[in-house]
Amino acid sequence: MAIKILTEHINVPGIETFEVYRKQGGYSAVEKVIKTMTPEEVVEEAKKSGIRGRGGAGFPMGMKWGFLAKPEGVPRYLVCNADESEPGTFKDHHLMKCIPHLLIEGMIVSSFALGANKSFIYVRGELMYVIRILEKAIEEAKANGFLGKNILGSGYDLELVVQPGGGAYICGEETALLESLEGKRGNPRNKPPFPAVKGLYQSPTVVNNVESISNMPWVINNGGDAYAAIGIGRSTGTKLISASGHIQKPGVYEIELGVSVDEFLNSDEYCGGVRKGHYLKALVAGGSSVPILPAHLITKTAAGEDRLMSYESLSDGGFATGTMLGSGGFIVFDETACIVRNTWNFSRFYHHESCGQCSPCREGTGWMEKVLHRIEHGHGSMHDIDLLVDVAKKIEGNTICPLGDAAAWPVASAIRHFRDEFEWHITNPHEASQPGAVFMGAVLA
Amino acid sequence: MTETPNPVAFTPERLAKVKEIIARYPEGRQKSALLPVLHVAQEQWGWVSSEVMDHVAELLSIEPVEVYEVATFYTMYHLDAVGKHVIEYCRTGPCCLMGGEEIYDYLKQKLGIQAGQTTPDGLFTLKEVECLAACGWGPVFQIREKFYMNLTRERVDEIIEELSK
Repeated sequence: MAIKILTEHINVPGIETFEVYRKQGGYSAVEKVIKTMTPEEVVEEAKKSGIRGRGGAGFPMGMKWGFLAKPEGVPRYLVCNADESEPGTFKDHHLMKCIPHLLIEGMIVSSFALGANKSFIYVRGELMYVIRILEKAIEEAKANGFLGKNILGSGYDLELVVQPGGGAYICGEETALLESLEGKRGNPRNKPPFPAVKGLYQSPTVVNNVESISNMPWVINNGGDAYAAIGIGRSTGTKLISASGHIQKPGVYEIELGVSVDEFLNSDEYCGGVRKGHYLKALVAGGSSVPILPAHLITKTAAGEDRLMSYESLSDGGFATGTMLGSGGFIVFDETACIVRNTWNFSRFYHHESCGQCSPCREGTGWMEKVLHRIEHGHGSMHDIDLLVDVAKKIEGNTICPLGDAAAWPVASAIRHFRDEFEWHITNPHEASQPGAVFMGAVLA
Repeated sequence: MTETPNPVAFTPERLAKVKEIIARYPEGRQKSALLPVLHVAQEQWGWVSSEVMDHVAELLSIEPVEVYEVATFYTMYHLDAVGKHVIEYCRTGPCCLMGGEEIYDYLKQKLGIQAGQTTPDGLFTLKEVECLAACGWGPVFQIREKFYMNLTRERVDEIIEELSK
């Protein structure tokens, strides 16, 4: 049985309550850091663990903590990013709903490490029921002395605030999230200054993903070195993967980083394979933003090696033949899926979610949506394919935040790997524009 | 559909909630309460009219335009009166792979309305939304705080029947 760091107790009846969570060893990490460790020692364990940001960017969390400025007399903030909105990603939703105290415990440990006395959990507003679950967990933790004034008699004070968003994908970008938390539109900020220097209310701030923070209790209880011993290479620890699409068993799975894509996709422990009677056509491995891969590049790299569920192996081959682990949103497409239609759908999403601040993204996402719409609906021309590639190139790298890249990559990769499917839509407009029409050439060839 | 009364006033319980929310933030940072307070307002009136926004601005000691620009940026705030049940239907890729488009067509046909419209009896308003972070259980729609997942035609029939009672 593979090691479970986050989900070991997730199916214990009543685990959402303080009492049961505590019986399973919960809040022991808070006791340990408050009674026996200095904040610097906690940061050191996070660094040793090698854990990388689980929201999608994969930046080492301990290093991010190390950047936090500490000017005298200025408050510091920890903000948890629970704005999970990347299509295909639903792991944080699952984790917070099932075992809310794990995040609360992680928040206390992490806030202590950073010297924050008021920390925020920014949850997308659509998850109001999860917000209520978290608020209840906070009340319980407070009633038991793990939150509030003078935690466990240590003199350390911490208040946790759960903040609802208003429905905007862009607020998953950390500076947009901070703007939103200040009661403004979610327009990403220019950087520098980075949040570590000027973040929430112009004070030093760390923004971390739900899953990243939820790993901290285990890291404290077992040590950063023990965490780093799990996984493979620089992909340490475990990762929550939310699997959706044409598979036998959609859901949220905790994997040790480094299991093979083949095992994750096909074993009964995880996805259970592509749904019966169908076969694999394509995969988006890390949320809608990452490049889509065709069947022949999914379980093996271009060099013929086994593809693994790790930051390095999934990106093997760069964007030419690889992709990214991203947020762990694992979307599986069988032969019935139309790549053009899906690409149009994703483009519409990014156009809808662009904040409108940078012209390349605001205008470019709109053009990509329009051009893809006309190809899908039988009005495209061959020139449109190159036009899409051109627009995608002009967005990529030319915007304040990564939403522009996130919008460009799915389009560029779909054309890179499924160009014949786009061409077929253009040369067979009547057939292609029928609902459910799918080009079978690429998978049969 | 609820019209916003004039003058606008929160119920005593909700006003207490608004004050509790404002107190969460450091002094002078009460604008942070804007998104949560707009949710409380929508809970009371079903949508946020410009009168409600003006009232919220007053409570938070900010300019009305600061409320307008936020309420129009985020998709969850309804800027027009809505029906009793607002169905927020996920139209994003992973749900579509699970037959989301077909179920959506069925739902529209059943209700006899398009996105953005309300049924003549005022019971249902249909709204298209992007990914709800429930992709493994698609197709999905949400009504207020509740998620309705793994939708089929039969399931849609049941839900609509139940809510029509």
